Amino acid sequence: MKLTSFVQDRQLTIALTGEIDHHSAKEIMDTVSDKIDVYMPLRCILDFRDVRFMDSSGIAVVLHALRRMNMLQGKLLLQNIPAQPYKVLRAAGIEKITEIKEECPK
Amino acid sequence: MKGENYMTLEFPSKSANEGFARAAVACFAAQLDPTLDELGDVKTAVSEAVTNCIVHAYPDELGPVILKARILPDNVLDLIVKDRGCGIDNIEQARTPMFTTGGDDRSGMGITIMESFMTEFHLSSTPGKGTTVHMKRKIVRRGGKK
Repeated sequence: MKLTSFVQDRQLTIALTGEIDHHSAKEIMDTVSDKIDVYMPLRCILDFRDVRFMDSSGIAVVLHALRRMNMLQGKLLLQNIPAQPYKVLRAAGIEKITEIKEECPK
Repeated sequence: MKGENYMTLEFPSKSANEGFARAAVACFAAQLDPTLDELGDVKTAVSEAVTNCIVHAYPDELGPVILKARILPDNVLDLIVKDRGCGIDNIEQARTPMFTTGGDDRSGMGITIMESFMTEFHLSSTPGKGTTVHMKRKIVRRGGKK
């Protein structure tokens, strides 16, 4: 799975795209972990702007990235979350354990 | 009694069918004129139910997943997702938020999300025989339409 990302000042931004479900989650998780391991960022930002659909598999993707960043004593941020994924993330109380930078306008 | 519109789908428990199942239900539900939010809720619930069949009902094999959708009076979408898999030993435990037997890759939030995103949610299961999820979602009628 190819995910666009860029690094600046030890901040890694990864753009998630498409539909995140059980079918796609494992590959996304692995790709995100690999990028974190390669760049060892202080901050990792997951950008949800191009996520068209997400179910609870996406929660596992975020938790996986969070564990990875905690191990590096870094921070995980989520940004540009459209309404549907946001509702799923909120059902899991994600906003209590990681920072949400900005919500995507509807 | 005159039944309203319905559809039935059967497909093998392949993960590629998760997207197909939620898209099919979304197309079927379109006749109720749902908002994007309502449609998002329904798609999420279908995705969770079908994923559970794939991950939990048939952990080591492929098996049939049966998906039924009906339109009930008062703009209600009625959904049944059924498998003939291994069943759930402890339903109480399965319904607990964050509980999962699926390991690190699963969040344990599937049933919690179905319960909170749908108007009604029923889960019945017989170990060794299979599991049925029955859920309903009322789609709010909007002005300007009869």
